[in-house]
Amino acid sequence: MLVAIALALVAIGSVVFHVMSPWWWTPIASNWGYIDDTLIVTFWITGIAFTAIVLFLAYCVLRFRNRPGHRAEHEPENKRLEWWLTIGTTIGVAALLAPGLIVWHRFITVPPEATEIEIVGQQWQWSFRLPGRDGRLGAVSVRLIGPDNPLGIDPADPAGQDDVIVEGGELRLPIGRPVKVLLRAVDVLHNFYVPEFRAKMDMVPGQVTFFWFTPTRTGAFEAVCAELCGLGHAVMRGRVVVVEESEYHAWLERQPTFAPRLAAAQ
Amino acid sequence: MSTTSDRLDGIPAAEVADVELYHPRSWITKYVFSQDAKIIGIQYALTATAIGLVALALSWLMRLQLGFPGVFDFITPAEYYQFITMHGMIMVVYLLTALFLGGFGNYLIPLMIGARDMVFPYVNMLSYWIYLVAVLVLAASFFAPGGPTGAGWTLYPPQAILSGTPGGQDWGILLMLLSLMLFIIGFTMGGLNYVVTVLQARARGMTLMRMPLTVWGIFTATVMALLAFPALFVSCVMMMLDRLLGTSFFMPALVEMGQRLNHDGGSPLLFQHLFWFFGHPEVYIVALPAFGIVSDLISTHARRNIFGYRQMVWAIVIIGALSFVVWAHHMYVSGMNPYFGFFFATTTLVIAVPTAIKVYNWLLTLWRGDIHLTVPMLFALAFIVTFVNGGLTGLFLGNVVVDVPLSDTMFVVAHFHMVMGVAPIFVIFGAIYHWYPKITGRMLNEAMGRIHFWVSFLGAYLIFFPMHYIGLLGVPRRYHEIGETAFVPASAHTLNAFISVMALIVGAAQILFLFNLAWSIRRGRPAGGNPWNATSLEWQTPETPPPHGNWGRDLPVVYRWAYDYSVPGAARDFIPQNQPPARAAE
Ligand code: HEM
Ligand SMILES: [Cu+2]
Ligand SMILES: [Cu+2]
Repeated sequence: MLVAIALALVAIGSVVFHVMSPWWWTPIASNWGYIDDTLIVTFWITGIAFTAIVLFLAYCVLRFRNRPGHRAEHEPENKRLEWWLTIGTTIGVAALLAPGLIVWHRFITVPPEATEIEIVGQQWQWSFRLPGRDGRLGAVSVRLIGPDNPLGIDPADPAGQDDVIVEGGELRLPIGRPVKVLLRAVDVLHNFYVPEFRAKMDMVPGQVTFFWFTPTRTGAFEAVCAELCGLGHAVMRGRVVVVEESEYHAWLERQPTFAPRLAAAQ
Repeated sequence: MSTTSDRLDGIPAAEVADVELYHPRSWITKYVFSQDAKIIGIQYALTATAIGLVALALSWLMRLQLGFPGVFDFITPAEYYQFITMHGMIMVVYLLTALFLGGFGNYLIPLMIGARDMVFPYVNMLSYWIYLVAVLVLAASFFAPGGPTGAGWTLYPPQAILSGTPGGQDWGILLMLLSLMLFIIGFTMGGLNYVVTVLQARARGMTLMRMPLTVWGIFTATVMALLAFPALFVSCVMMMLDRLLGTSFFMPALVEMGQRLNHDGGSPLLFQHLFWFFGHPEVYIVALPAFGIVSDLISTHARRNIFGYRQMVWAIVIIGALSFVVWAHHMYVSGMNPYFGFFFATTTLVIAVPTAIKVYNWLLTLWRGDIHLTVPMLFALAFIVTFVNGGLTGLFLGNVVVDVPLSDTMFVVAHFHMVMGVAPIFVIFGAIYHWYPKITGRMLNEAMGRIHFWVSFLGAYLIFFPMHYIGLLGVPRRYHEIGETAFVPASAHTLNAFISVMALIVGAAQILFLFNLAWSIRRGRPAGGNPWNATSLEWQTPETPPPHGNWGRDLPVVYRWAYDYSVPGAARDFIPQNQPPARAAE
């Protein structure tokens, strides 16, 4: 009896906790509401499965517990039942997978009009690179990194001359414009994660990874590092400020670019 | 389905003839350098428990830090990372793998299939001693200069061998790699033994499709481990070369703290692929023995045949095979080619089907059963709840795009603790309560067992269920302190403190369990040979505890499967596997 009640309480308690929980995802600030929708679908399907299974378990414990004169039924197999359960499960799983794959396809298909920006991770701070007037980022290489060239921009590439570099500060983005975020790391793995944007991807030294999103809400958002990168992992924070487009351009104009910085060093 | 043979001449002969055993001549060869699989199993179990307690103690320290940040300032970030790394690695490899395969595998395989011992007893002994050395090397890293590695149990390079990570440029990472290599060598010796024993040394009449699911689970897991561990072994070798000889298997050109290092051209992702090619099957190496054992616990204590035995066997085999093609679901946001996501999400969700079938069959075994709420049964129920919970959150993380916001958050930590931490541990508890009478001849104390069950079950659920929601908020894992973060409300800190208190309580309940184990050896109620009225062979030995050689003069002959419970017309509600058909009605 006690066991059956406890099991039922676990099932019901979990649902109640879920509904009442003050801990929930952050209000979204990007176009990835699709991800939230898929999550909701997943919560429904798995939630129903969990509650049904645990309640059934409680029922079995209550109904078929050992009593005097009671004997179990000997029934090695039941083909029909087994088939029905297999088919039902397959349908449930397909109902999860199909929307998941569709949204994943969107997630990895970058719209052609997206602006490329770059985030660079290094123990334990973030740097950002934004394209200047030409709208393009210059070539880079780890081998070019030096005290005057922290991101390793190729001085010979004309596209890199007007690149804007922000070290350790905050990243600004215009609202409503899709951005393709190019991710690089100069030392170890990192992962630039702003929960409000939902998207994340590891930064891997030796390669360039990416994700894309469109900011949909102005405001300041805290970025954390979501891939263990050594002692400072937990304090590797950043800030993304989403602003109106005009404000963004005014800000960008004021930022120092690569060419004068290089000239000053030489 | 025909589950019994009517005639003896219809029973296939055993694969190999009865063998002459090497009998111990002294106390040392009997209890220390023993070649008896049962003793070796106990040695494995005791060693795994000892190092597992270290991992448990580390989890307390970690929880103290997470629940009450700043209060225990002796836990620096470096130590916190060392604790999670050692905790994770010990729990997964040195505790669970060793306990299920080395411990239960050794003790149960020969007894359950009706053999006298493993087929290569000497190699089996070596397997244990190499495992012990591996554990000692691992433990030694706590005392080495620089302390143990803090690279996370996944040991991802480049950070694992760089100075920004504890132990990266000291001894820590080297001892970890060395210990893992030793573990794999020792495991391979034992693993080959288990496989050959199951294939060759079964008693007359013990066909594969009559074996208890425990043996099926351990057998399949062992085959998987033999295929998966080599990937880890070679990654250990390569990482060691990168670290010691400056090769660049996993190391691209990089700049560390303003310093250009001498590596070039290597691939950090190569390591991740190798690691998870091992790491994902590893999850099932732990899960399959648990599946097998829990099936037998449920069937025995519900006095009912396991429902859908053939389906259960096939599910174990299919899950084992599929688990080799899902590894990159741990790498959806690793920067690998994003198109892999389609393939790995599909394979991962396909695995959910045979896994769900197993769950249904456990439920259907209980349904219309005659459920005895013994302590092993209670833990089996707790297993079902936690495993279903953790399995279902696996559908979040396996479904590629849903994983994007959740990966590397506390949601993942909650998920894998539920599914591969708590659930298999509950099976281990259930199994110990179940087989302890065979191992020692005495029952474990029931009252202590029940307290242990209630605190562990409800406590563990209260630790890990709410933790999912901290992850949902966006709190990353492997943070020694979340600190002031814009998106983390103050109430989350309260929840963290609550989780930590629960963790301490659950930990304390384990002390009661250990006490029970020690106390009952002398004081426990005498068990007799078959206290649970079970059918499988290990309960039919002429003596309890079984002596070296297990069976006395004659090996058992098997006439039926292991699940003849509550057969209509039979006098008792169980028919042992070695009971001839004519006598079944007695
Ligand atoms: C009551 C028991 C346990 C508690 C309180 C506990 C607690 C923790 C905590 C606090 C972490 C670190 C989370 C983070 O900061 O990322 C962790 C990590 C981990 N735990 Fe446990 N744990 C327990 C049992 C287990 C068991 C039985 C396993 C066996 C599979 C396990 C496997 C792991 C692994 C693999 C990690 C990841 C380590 C890493 O991030 O590298 N734990 N645990
Ligand atoms: Cu980090
Ligand atoms: Cu996996």
